Amino acid sequence: MMNHRIIARLDIKGPNLVKGIHFEGLRVLGKPEFFARHYYEAGADELIYMDAVASLYGRNSLLQIVERTSKEIFIPLTVGGGLRTLEDIQAVLRAGADKVSLNTAAIANPNLVREASRRFGSSTILVSIEAIRRPDGTYEAYVNYGRDKTGVDAFDWACQAVDLGAGELMITAIQREGTRKGFDLELTRKIAESVPVPVIASGGAGNVEHIREVLSKGKADAVSLASILHYQLIRESLGHGDYSDEGNIEFLRDKQSASKISGASVPEIKSHLEKNGIACRPPAKAAVHG
Amino acid sequence: MDRTPAVAIVDYHLGNLYSVRRACEVVGVQAAITSSRTEIEKADAVILPGVGAFGDAMAALRELGLVELLRDIAQSDKMLVGICLGQQLLMSESHEFGVHQGLDIIRGAVRRFENPREDGRTLKVPQVGWNRIFELAPNAWQNEPVMDGITSGEYMYFVHSFHVQPEDPSVWLSSSRYGQIEFCSSLMRGNVVAFQFHPERSSRMGLQIYRNLARMIGNQVSK
Repeated sequence: MMNHRIIARLDIKGPNLVKGIHFEGLRVLGKPEFFARHYYEAGADELIYMDAVASLYGRNSLLQIVERTSKEIFIPLTVGGGLRTLEDIQAVLRAGADKVSLNTAAIANPNLVREASRRFGSSTILVSIEAIRRPDGTYEAYVNYGRDKTGVDAFDWACQAVDLGAGELMITAIQREGTRKGFDLELTRKIAESVPVPVIASGGAGNVEHIREVLSKGKADAVSLASILHYQLIRESLGHGDYSDEGNIEFLRDKQSASKISGASVPEIKSHLEKNGIACRPPAKAAVHG
Repeated sequence: MDRTPAVAIVDYHLGNLYSVRRACEVVGVQAAITSSRTEIEKADAVILPGVGAFGDAMAALRELGLVELLRDIAQSDKMLVGICLGQQLLMSESHEFGVHQGLDIIRGAVRRFENPREDGRTLKVPQVGWNRIFELAPNAWQNEPVMDGITSGEYMYFVHSFHVQPEDPSVWLSSSRYGQIEFCSSLMRGNVVAFQFHPERSSRMGLQIYRNLARMIGNQVSK
């Protein structure tokens, strides 16, 4: 049975979980450990931590967050953002990550993918590709959270990364990221059908239908979700004692903007997929009673 | 006198062993990541983990002088636990990029998933994600301490392109299915137990397996 994975993605800046649109205009949502624990309990299949500003501030706080998370969460944890060398990779694995995600450094030095997959195993190395659609319909790979062009064709790079040893690919369509308008199905499908390794679709989920679409029509093996999960969790937690009110969440208290955001929880997403014939591991409670 | 059981996690310089160690710690087992023969010999139980290529792993074990030691441990009362590539290494041989000799603790071969298909769609190799494990006969796990508390059909986390094919069908502990292919997802023979999936990444039920292992090792120690 091929079970599609629902992966919760947490973008981290310093000690905080943040979320932006097109990777810009970052809002502080709260403490990553709170969100991570909740998604683990709710039956998320994996977690991804992305350091949003590793290149600017160093990453000591990220390593601490990874360490704390790995002591209480026993599902695969991928960590990325600003990893440049084998030593960087070793450090996050030692802190408790199971896989690392490479982007900027991998494009600058494709040999890093080869060396890292040889040393840590292909299944430990995920290559993340951020793509922007060109006017002619092809896609270009970007780096630094969609800030810098590379001139590299995203599709060619995907195939090359797999040849070099990447065990998984994560594909983010920058124009969709944080917009909640749905995934880029064409880009996802083209890459997913061309590479032998699993493809994770990322960026743009606004509702459960978008997720179903990218797993069926987009042929993705997994989805990485951020806003849709975070906003739902914050809304559920508002007024309860367990959500620390440190986040800049005034936009959610404002009725007008809140109405535009239709969040969904991990169990809601999984039950929608199951109803539509898309296999996935059931949420935690159902799994216990088999 | 009661003491905390100490486990050696065999480090042959391939892959990421930290999550195995954390799972051990959570269930109250002291775990050391080591390549030292002396430390491995001293331990109450030995875990052979690993991700990566079979040939490289065997070459590393040979270079570290651990092949005979691991075979001896398999012959002793001490528990030997294989995880993922560690399960595959227990077999006689692997057909991963040519034929490589394994530890030959369990007779049988390691083979690649051959064109797994489902609903007219070719499945990805490696298999990455959650899959179910089933007992071989009804209630078979009721008498298996390592599966205590685990229900047939439980979901576990897998990452692999190859699977083991033991010659002796009685060593199968669980079976799983990837597309049309039914494969041995865990095996057991006496003190040797091995999993293709990663119990340390398989949420609560994966930790339950670690808890069971800890109890079994603890019982062995207090004998």
